[in-house]
Amino acid sequence: MKRLVAVIALAAVCAAGHAAEYAKLPGGRFESVLPQGAVPTASTPVDIAPFAMRVTPVTAGEYAAFVAAQPQWQRGRAARVMADARYLAKWATPLLPGAAVPASSPVTDVSWFAASAFCEAEGARLPTWLEWEFAAAADATRTDARRDPAWRRQILSWYEQPTAAMLPAVGGAPNAYGVRDLHGAIWEWVDDFNALFIAGDSRTQGDPDKLKFCGAGALNIIDRDSYAVLMRIALLSSLNGADTTGSLGFRCVRDLERTP
Amino acid sequence: MNARTRIAGLFRATQALALAAALCAPLLSLAAPKATGDFGPPKGAPIKAVLTSPPHVPPPTNRNYPAKVIVDLEVVEKTMQISEGVNYTFWTFGGSVPGSFIRVRQGDTVEFHLKNHPSSKMPHNIDLHGVTGPGGGATSSFTAPGHESQFTFKALNEGIYVYHCATAPVGMHVANGMYGLILVEPPQGLPKVDREFYVMQGDFYTQGKYREKGHQSFDMEKAIDEKPTYVLFNGAEGALTGDKAITAKVGETVRLYIGNGGPNLVSSFHVIGAIFDQVRFEGGSNVQRNVQTTLIPAGGAAIATFKAQVPGSYVMVDHSIFRAFNKGALAILKIEGKEDKRIYSGKELDAVYLGDRAGPNLAAVTTATTNAAAGTLTVQDQIKAGQALFAGTCSVCHQANGEGLANVFPPLAKSDFLGDAKRLVSVVLNGLSGKVTVNGKDYNSVMPPMNQLNDDEVANILTYVLNSWGNPGGAISTDDVKKVRAGVPAAKGQAEH
Repeated sequence: MKRLVAVIALAAVCAAGHAAEYAKLPGGRFESVLPQGAVPTASTPVDIAPFAMRVTPVTAGEYAAFVAAQPQWQRGRAARVMADARYLAKWATPLLPGAAVPASSPVTDVSWFAASAFCEAEGARLPTWLEWEFAAAADATRTDARRDPAWRRQILSWYEQPTAAMLPAVGGAPNAYGVRDLHGAIWEWVDDFNALFIAGDSRTQGDPDKLKFCGAGALNIIDRDSYAVLMRIALLSSLNGADTTGSLGFRCVRDLERTP
Repeated sequence: MNARTRIAGLFRATQALALAAALCAPLLSLAAPKATGDFGPPKGAPIKAVLTSPPHVPPPTNRNYPAKVIVDLEVVEKTMQISEGVNYTFWTFGGSVPGSFIRVRQGDTVEFHLKNHPSSKMPHNIDLHGVTGPGGGATSSFTAPGHESQFTFKALNEGIYVYHCATAPVGMHVANGMYGLILVEPPQGLPKVDREFYVMQGDFYTQGKYREKGHQSFDMEKAIDEKPTYVLFNGAEGALTGDKAITAKVGETVRLYIGNGGPNLVSSFHVIGAIFDQVRFEGGSNVQRNVQTTLIPAGGAAIATFKAQVPGSYVMVDHSIFRAFNKGALAILKIEGKEDKRIYSGKELDAVYLGDRAGPNLAAVTTATTNAAAGTLTVQDQIKAGQALFAGTCSVCHQANGEGLANVFPPLAKSDFLGDAKRLVSVVLNGLSGKVTVNGKDYNSVMPPMNQLNDDEVANILTYVLNSWGNPGGAISTDDVKKVRAGVPAAKGQAEH
């Protein structure tokens, strides 16, 4: 048994040893569901710099390699202000995910601080909301499929299912950029989750100067069909940096030099 | 003193009064308690609130002092049946739709714990309409999956209040079943009753049609258009019917706490066959008596009480009645016990009512009879008399237009079954049962003998039939009928009748 565990641990470490696969995204002009300009009801497109995004979310196996290398992020050692009591709660031991958490499934129950530290160790960072939203606007063939009701339906159908006891392995179908599992797998941390303006009571955001955004029935969201995306923002804005949940993981991005 | 000076004088007097009132007001407010419903700090040991799932209501608090009450409410997202063979993923407070019923006493200090189950996808919060404070608690209870929030409020106002989730998109959270009721009892409690029930209406929006089988998803378009697929009491079609009907006994007083979660519709709540003795409409303190239908706004509630007097099944509906019979807004209250014939008799008479035979319509029959006696009867007289008689006797089955009813009653219009006079008269006098083929279609039913009709009447009816709806014409005489009747043993016809 011990040997088996050792083999699994080794496998996990080896898996992480391979450089994680990143896909290049060209960036460009993008209309977010969140108002980016001074007028909250008008669309103000923004320019997104080219970046590279992890093809899949960080897996439990990859995360095991990380905590092996950085013991301060092991369960029980991570500071409580950086990771709450649920941090990696489902793992068999502080070092190993164990049978209940397949090594190839996305790591969840991780805090924003822990996710940021992982990405930093990989020479990367967490994506901004805009980068994440940009990548997730694609479907299998188009870079912006958000007008397609089928795209929205796919997102909503995942929302409708309570979280499975065991998450499936990463590696769903790639989107037009070659990035996988942006929808239908997990929630994902973004670097600026704290700046997503949805208050605890989403109806009280009447002060446009303060909040620039009203979640009440998506009244001030630019496109009212965007409520599927809005719900992801709602989830992210319910969190603190040390919070963890069973359906929340992350992936990393890297800046790309603009094409010379 | 002329009118103008009188008015000026009045004005001055009013000003003086107002000034006095303004000066006295601070003194009065100092003397009065801090706020209505604030009976001071909580006393005794903290009490864990009893929460019940619908249609049950927690027992009365039976307390005469303000206490600290701890409410533990868990949010669970789960798939349940919304109608037979139709599943829907509900978001619930306490695992049921509507959510757990909460009962506290006015003046209580309520320590509220909102727990969001780790398996939840969504963050949730709670806005209790019985809370005085921003968002009704929503601002303090935004809770991620696998987390818990706590806030405390003093229940200052008594009444029945809706609570609901207020996380974006609010309408979707409510449409998925995130609402319930909290009762804040008055300090002296509510008058004792025999039965209390918790019923809450909500409208639901599914991708598929009403009763379309399988798992149905939420439909935002229908929700925005306010076109619900289902309008339900207690979150599922059949939640309160059949074995799950709520029950009471004759002589008992029943109190219903009725809420309306919405998200969109206003309910015209009605119990068929009962009159509410008292309704605290809109959940407020005024009592309306003798109410048939009470309006319950979305995000509102009412308390209705009535005495069960006559046994039977009482159907609770949203009297916007298509919702009841085509969208599911139907529940049953079964009252058991002894009949009271003084109040309601049950059916005392079941008889045929031939409305069309009344008065003026029979003028044509009289004319025909008179003319027959005088020997001047024409076919037109017969047709007119026959038309009046047909309407009274025959049209119930064969229809006024002679078309009959498909597969049940054969047509007389352009019928290939009519045959000669003898056959026609025979069918009327003897009746006809068993399989017949008319215009190529099979019919298998029973026509009773119509031998209560006299010879004139049969002749006139048949003449009318022969001359109507494209039939070939002709006439049947009284003699034709007489001959056939002579050949029929009267007893046989009576026996079959």
